[in-house]
Amino acid sequence: MPEPESVVEFRGVSRRFGGMLAVNDVTFAIRRGEFFSLLGPSGCGKTTTLRLLAGFETPDAGEVRILGRVANRERPYERGLAMVFQSYALFPHLTVARNVAFGLEQRKVRAAEVRERVARALELVRLDPATYAARMPAQLSGGQRQRVALARALVLEPRILLLDEPLGALDLKLRKQMQLELKALNRELGVTFVYVTHDQEEALAMSDRIAVMHDGRIAQLGTPAEIYESPRTAFVADFIGEANFLGGRVGDAAAGMWTVTRDDGTRMRVPDHPALRAAARVEVAVRPEWLDLSRPGEGPPGENALPATVQDVIYLGETMHVQVTLGDGTPVRVAVRNEGQLIKPLQWRRGDTCLVTWLPEDCQVLEP
Amino acid sequence: MTARRRLLGWLHERPRVRGWGLFAPGAAWIVLFFLVPLVILLAYSFMPRGTYGGVVPGFTLDNYRRFFDPLYLGILQRTVLLSLLTTALCLLLGFPTAWAIARSGRWRNTLLFLAILPFWTSALVRTYATMVLLRDTGLVNALLKRLGVIDLPLHMLYTEGAVLAGLVYGALPFMILPIYSSLEKLDPALLEAAEVLGARPWARLARVVLPLTAPGIAAGCMLVFIPTLGSFVVPDLLGGAKVMMVGNLVQNQFGAARDWPFGSAASFVVMTLVLAAVMGLLQVGRREAQPEGRAE
Repeated sequence: MPEPESVVEFRGVSRRFGGMLAVNDVTFAIRRGEFFSLLGPSGCGKTTTLRLLAGFETPDAGEVRILGRVANRERPYERGLAMVFQSYALFPHLTVARNVAFGLEQRKVRAAEVRERVARALELVRLDPATYAARMPAQLSGGQRQRVALARALVLEPRILLLDEPLGALDLKLRKQMQLELKALNRELGVTFVYVTHDQEEALAMSDRIAVMHDGRIAQLGTPAEIYESPRTAFVADFIGEANFLGGRVGDAAAGMWTVTRDDGTRMRVPDHPALRAAARVEVAVRPEWLDLSRPGEGPPGENALPATVQDVIYLGETMHVQVTLGDGTPVRVAVRNEGQLIKPLQWRRGDTCLVTWLPEDCQVLEP
Repeated sequence: MTARRRLLGWLHERPRVRGWGLFAPGAAWIVLFFLVPLVILLAYSFMPRGTYGGVVPGFTLDNYRRFFDPLYLGILQRTVLLSLLTTALCLLLGFPTAWAIARSGRWRNTLLFLAILPFWTSALVRTYATMVLLRDTGLVNALLKRLGVIDLPLHMLYTEGAVLAGLVYGALPFMILPIYSSLEKLDPALLEAAEVLGARPWARLARVVLPLTAPGIAAGCMLVFIPTLGSFVVPDLLGGAKVMMVGNLVQNQFGAARDWPFGSAASFVVMTLVLAAVMGLLQVGRREAQPEGRAE
């Protein structure tokens, strides 16, 4: 039987806790070998989605398919998955080697093979078996425990690996390093990774595709670039990266651009989008780094330009964030790159009047 | 400076004095009411009995020798057997109960409260109530008769079964509480991890739950086994004169028989057994707390 292209498929899956729909009619498919992230704030349903996939929860409606078969009623140990838990969930009474061997022992693998595979799994996660095999989990650092948890899952050579916020407890530097290693493991082993996180930067850095979840639904599913550059809703635009929101009433269209009149009478041009209706209200998102600042009257031709007043300048090293307010009081954040001596950025001070300028194509029209 | 402040200042500079001051009153109490009587009993157990009761000076091993009479050994054997059975039954009943309480969410405190509710009345009163339940004209027989299950009353009171039932009932909370407290600390993610790794329910119990709750189980077994070994109210009331345990023997020697030396000797035999049991259980607890062995 040829392996289906989708290793995991959710079809209209819902899960209710009491009166609350934790997961609400969710449909998506995960491709073989991809690094797939479920991203969202706490309470968005991402962990419940992962637990539905792992088999710790049973859907109230819909189908969970794993490798083509309906798995709704399968116990976790029947699903052929492995999982890395948020708190690592290492068995505190077993050595590192016995922890890693646990799954193999349950599968009645011969002792000699267990030994060999445990050693290989530890090497895979860069833990020297000679040093660490006999240690107890309590004798390990957070990063080492993380590696043991990973080895314990990978030793089973699963087709699908579930990871529930595995890097949450690590410090920033270690987290960055583990991100790279996880990504490399995903590529080298060809295992499908399903990764739950609330950290948008982490999801952007590691994922092939991201499902952004909000209130039990998938708000948007796409590659990191699609999600960052074309957020579909205000929630996605706001949750991933930073966004400025500009609203107005839709006017006429000309040459694929619509004119939008803001409440204070200023105008901006917005690219065509299926959600645009003449005379309706529209909300657009613009990333701070897509904006630029000019002196009044010096805006580049063809770009949108709105007059503003500088409120605050925040120096961040590689960028400078200039906080301005538009005529109607809307706050807007502009990120100006620090390009060293090459292009001296204009010096802005609180109270300066300026123009916020950007390409009309960089307006992301949001669905209501 | 007031005297009180001077005293506090003086104490503040002398942590050792402070420590002893906190420790001494309780310690003195225990020395006076536990250690001293224990030493007296130990001495009595090696002294001959006076003709009209009481103790006369001298040294003898007769009291211990006498205990190894088949009659008394039979009582000891029954006591140990009943205590072991009680412990096993309490474990069998208590572990699932503790598990259910630990996993009962918002009902937890209510259930815990219900588990310790029997402590609110005296064990003596509860045992009398059990007699009312079990006797030939008692509630159980009346109910069975009404239901037509039996014609003649079942003879339940004054049997070993009645004693066992009473002992288990009295000791059960002492098994439930320590097991509950170790189950409550058990991270549910460990069970989920084991399940994803392929462990079926019995494997999860044997490989994860039992090793990690062994200290609680050992504590529960100790708290049940030791008091049961020395119990005398329950066998007296529910067993009548027929089901005698060492506790009753000791009670008789100090009471009706007025043979304090023999009573003391019997006490020390039981105490030695208890000590051996505790050491054994502690050993188990220590072994479980250590790595389950290394992977070669």
